[in-house]
Amino acid sequence: MLVTPIDISNPESPDTLLHLYKQMLYTRIYEEKCNQIYRSGKAGGYLHVYIGMEALSSGWINALKVGWDYVITAYRDHAHALALGSDPVKIFSEIMGRSTGLSRGKGGSMHLYDPQKGLYGGWGIVGGHVPLGAGLALGAKYKKEDRVVLNFLGDGASNAGVVFESLNMAKLWNLPCIFIIENNEFAMGTRLEYHASDTELHKRGMPFGMKHERLDGMDVLQTIKDAKRIINHVREYQEPYLVEIMCYRYAGHGAADNDQALYRTKDELYKAKERDPLTKLANLIIEKNIATPQQLETMQEELEEVVEEQYAEADAAPAPEAEEVYHHIYTDMEVERGH
Amino acid sequence: MATITYRDALRLALIEEMDRDTLVMLMGEDIGRYQGTFRVTQGLLEKYGSERVMDTPITEPGFTGIAIGAAMVGVRPVVEMMTMSFSILAFDQIFNHAAKVHYMTNGQLKVPMVIRGPSGAANQLSAQHSQSVDAWYAHVPGLKVVAPFTPQDAKGMLKSAIRDDNPVIFLEHPTLYGAKGDVSEDTEFVTPFGKAHVLKEGSDITLLAYSKMVQTCLDTAENLHQQGISAEVIDIRSLLPLDMETISSSVRKTNRAVVVYEGWRNGGFGAEIAARISEECFDYLDGPVVRVAGLNVPMPYARNLELECMPKPENILESIKKIL
Ligand SMILES: Cc1ncc(C[n+]2csc(CCOP(=O)(O)OP(=O)(O)O)c2C)c(N)n1
Ligand SMILES: [Mg+2]
Repeated sequence: MLVTPIDISNPESPDTLLHLYKQMLYTRIYEEKCNQIYRSGKAGGYLHVYIGMEALSSGWINALKVGWDYVITAYRDHAHALALGSDPVKIFSEIMGRSTGLSRGKGGSMHLYDPQKGLYGGWGIVGGHVPLGAGLALGAKYKKEDRVVLNFLGDGASNAGVVFESLNMAKLWNLPCIFIIENNEFAMGTRLEYHASDTELHKRGMPFGMKHERLDGMDVLQTIKDAKRIINHVREYQEPYLVEIMCYRYAGHGAADNDQALYRTKDELYKAKERDPLTKLANLIIEKNIATPQQLETMQEELEEVVEEQYAEADAAPAPEAEEVYHHIYTDMEVERGH
Repeated sequence: MATITYRDALRLALIEEMDRDTLVMLMGEDIGRYQGTFRVTQGLLEKYGSERVMDTPITEPGFTGIAIGAAMVGVRPVVEMMTMSFSILAFDQIFNHAAKVHYMTNGQLKVPMVIRGPSGAANQLSAQHSQSVDAWYAHVPGLKVVAPFTPQDAKGMLKSAIRDDNPVIFLEHPTLYGAKGDVSEDTEFVTPFGKAHVLKEGSDITLLAYSKMVQTCLDTAENLHQQGISAEVIDIRSLLPLDMETISSSVRKTNRAVVVYEGWRNGGFGAEIAARISEECFDYLDGPVVRVAGLNVPMPYARNLELECMPKPENILESIKKIL
């Protein structure tokens, strides 16, 4: 259905614009539902939504050869999975720890994996997945496949030592890996300027001789252009790239973060919302007479219904069997059981 | 005495020690402006300023190493790990550097620092955020390792840790921060390391644990009491150094011992305690020392599976049937 990857060969065509809007709006509604699921107690642990950053996932992932290229990210991973076309019911199920989830409830919100679609997680240790992403690229290059890796990380993660190590090796070995810093201006409750000595994070490619750019992430059409250009370059020239994408996190850090007043004012949030990528696209669609505000509203209502149905389907599924706790620790042996 | 939470007891220890000694300072992620992920450091940036309460980037190996270096020249850093699962990134700094400085310099240098934070599973934090790191650290000569259960010990042991001239790993539990208890208001009150605490006396069996598992043992003892079995419950609280004297004298009295720990059963710190009891009390034992621990599996996310993994009173009751 609508969350499948979008053909963006002609991004400004009326159909594509509508489709993009639908995908981004759907993602936002889905994420709002996730927050609600968490608050209702049906999900536990940590859960982080992508609200405000939808242009980034839609812009970059639609520019991939979906199913062929690789995507890896941290724990803020629902939008990536949705854009790749992972089954939304299975994502909801995973978030609620059900037997129908992507990993049958072993992973949860932070650990979504769907290798068939090219999604390699879903990781919880800040910075920890970044070398893995470079490794996916090494694997592709080693096997002489022309795959490209989108290796997403946060602004906070960009400080981790292992990230610098990965950048060096990625360039040293010219791996087809695009390091995408999602600069949403916060690492939990710490603002960019309090965690990075130089806040122009794209410059971190410089010492390694890696191509690097700072890009806007609030305009999906611009993002698509940038993404196509850079993905083509990396695929063709087989070298890594570092991009810093400026966006903003509208939601709290996680669904449990109730203390946003500690790190930003309401006014700042309000101002950031003026740059909302969804509103921007909606305005364009209305301006171009592709749809009326009423039609977009109807679309929203329909999507809300779809998400409710998907949630209900996921919620009807049972929890995993207790026995499953022992499954898949090794490929070929069992652990000693019991307490 | 005041009745306060484990969290507030920890903060009180930090405040008292920072007031006593200006060399004591704090480092960690989101501990200042954000007031600490578990609010242990709430208000401290305001009170002591950013030179003594330092927000760090998400760089555990880096800031741990910086704290070690500062400690080598006399500063007394208290490093907060947002959770001990992230201290794994700093293992090299802690194992290979902090723990060996005093030895390699033949006593010329010391590392008076504390690394503290929550260790263990909480509400569905899943595989990468639920590590119990006690066994890993208690394996390393040169480190001291403590894991308080009561608010009183949270305060008293953190003060001891800060005053200690060696690197101390201070393990809190994410599910204990809200627990309340009586805490001494005496600023000179400290809980010494290497002393276990008999929380409940009994004559038929000794239940041994630290951190959150002490509660599991207390609940089990309650159940046993209803069956007419008198259990002694010992809060080990200091893993390295370990108080074998208190443990052995209890086991010599009850002749039966059960060690309960939350981490993986295989190679856990409770296995070390069990081995030591077997060595020191063999002639007094009426049966093998029993271990009850977490299942040997990475922590799954689903709530029912997570509960399955953790030791519960029913698991203890089941396991001790063979020695009662
Ligand atoms: C090694 C490690 N340290 C600390 C944390 C706790 N933590 C989780 S998310 C986060 C902030 C990360 O910010 P950023 O990289 O900017 O990503 P964002 O959440 O903004 O997407 C922190 C400190 C962690 N998961 N792993
Ligand atoms: Mg961020």
